[in-house]
Amino acid sequence: MSVRSTKLVPIAIGLTTVFVVILLLEFLISVDIIDRFLMPPPSDVFGAFGRLFAQENVVNRFFVTAGETLAAGFLLAIFGVAGGALLFRFTILRSAYETWIAALAAAPVVLSYPLFLVIAGRGSATVILVAFLAALPAVILKTLEGFSQTPGVYVLVGKSLNASRWQIFSKVMFPAALPSIFVGLRLGLLFAMLNIVGVEFLINTGGLGQLVNELSERYDLAATYAAILCVILVSVLFFTASEWLERRLRRVT
Amino acid sequence: MALIDMPVSNFLNVQNLGMRFGESDDPIIAIDDVSFSVSEGEVVSIIGPSGCGKSTLLNAIGGLISGFEGAVSLSGEAINGPHPSIGMVFQEESAFPWRSVLENVIFPLEISGMAKNERLERAHHFISLVGLDGFEQRYPSELSGGMRQRVAIARALAHEPKILLMDEPFAALDEQTRILLGESILNIQQALGQTILLITHNLTEAVQLSDRVLVMTYRPGQIKTEIGIELPRPRSSEILASDAFGHYVAQIWGYLREEAGRGMHQADRKSENIKK
Repeated sequence: MSVRSTKLVPIAIGLTTVFVVILLLEFLISVDIIDRFLMPPPSDVFGAFGRLFAQENVVNRFFVTAGETLAAGFLLAIFGVAGGALLFRFTILRSAYETWIAALAAAPVVLSYPLFLVIAGRGSATVILVAFLAALPAVILKTLEGFSQTPGVYVLVGKSLNASRWQIFSKVMFPAALPSIFVGLRLGLLFAMLNIVGVEFLINTGGLGQLVNELSERYDLAATYAAILCVILVSVLFFTASEWLERRLRRVT
Repeated sequence: MALIDMPVSNFLNVQNLGMRFGESDDPIIAIDDVSFSVSEGEVVSIIGPSGCGKSTLLNAIGGLISGFEGAVSLSGEAINGPHPSIGMVFQEESAFPWRSVLENVIFPLEISGMAKNERLERAHHFISLVGLDGFEQRYPSELSGGMRQRVAIARALAHEPKILLMDEPFAALDEQTRILLGESILNIQQALGQTILLITHNLTEAVQLSDRVLVMTYRPGQIKTEIGIELPRPRSSEILASDAFGHYVAQIWGYLREEAGRGMHQADRKSENIKK
């Protein structure tokens, strides 16, 4: 099998599966096995995109949600990776904070949104702050795991070549930890997205979360599902971007 | 006191090296009063039972651990830490998985700040020397265990160290690959006149590669005896079938047997104590 077909075949299998599921849903709804008032037919959902563009300003909302996710992602990359690196470097910090951070990972931070409304006001700042705090533990813990699991022999190679501390960090430890760091960042982005859409839904400041809320209040199910597909699109966009960034970073380290 | 006295050469000199771990009132003496020397262009193996402090000794010579007693010098210069004249190959797989073969071999040259063109030229030379032509763009995950270890050897040689320290470099490989890789090391040593200090617990490997074999005692690690291997060079793996080869293996085993037995006995006692 050529390299090209090795890449294309999985993509084709994935797309075919999605297509078959859509057709199956369309069929099951058309023969009333699935109630269309619970799940509108995929054809209606795709048809609703026209309304979203014409009446619901979906492009602007898409960029609001994507922008908030991007901002939370930047904060996570900076503070999450730095936090994980600090915990790895200073054993006392690790002993002091690791359990608390793990506990925070399980906390439903989104429920504290009223507090953040008071602190940051009713706007994107609150959305970003809640998403950032909810996703931060995952990035810190996976970064810490990445550094901790770097085989000692890689560091010995650097030391035996008289590499400086910075060279050992940037050319050995960081690239060795990169896969785990990116697992953390992708998890973090996932948690951030969930919280962003959730807080938008709750505080009605804009974005796709607010749109989903408004459409479901109107019981426009087809448009609601179409809006949810837009949320998935944001998620896919960030997932793809993180994979691209990981490949780039691996090449330059 | 070292068990035997070694002549002092003007190349690698290890004088009264000792290393203790643990509490000062009840320390574990890993190596004790070890002295030996290695001449330029010579291949010397240190063989001993598991746990005798071979790797500790090599790490001390390579400057990777501090706090040892005694002195190590290379060409008259005291070694107190990692040194550009010393290259190291480790027992564990150490080729960086995120770098291609070429990028792995370039690594020490990047660290030393060598110009890009020169780096590439030098890396290609050493990749060719270890027989990995055509694999420059492959990643370690795409190579066999033996090939990955050759990447590590090419990387250690790339900055042209005066001495190559090898810590059981073939330990994770199967016997056939081990013999063939040993042959590659002999060819490389022949081509470069490379001085090598090899740590091993494999008798065949020690005789196949070495000019001299130093046998270590079980804890505390000391040099028990030295055996000169007077087999003709250049050597190939065919020498393994010769009578002289078998004689050397038997001679080394004769010295090693008692130490290996002591090591095994102490390990058994330790496990029994843990069970209790």
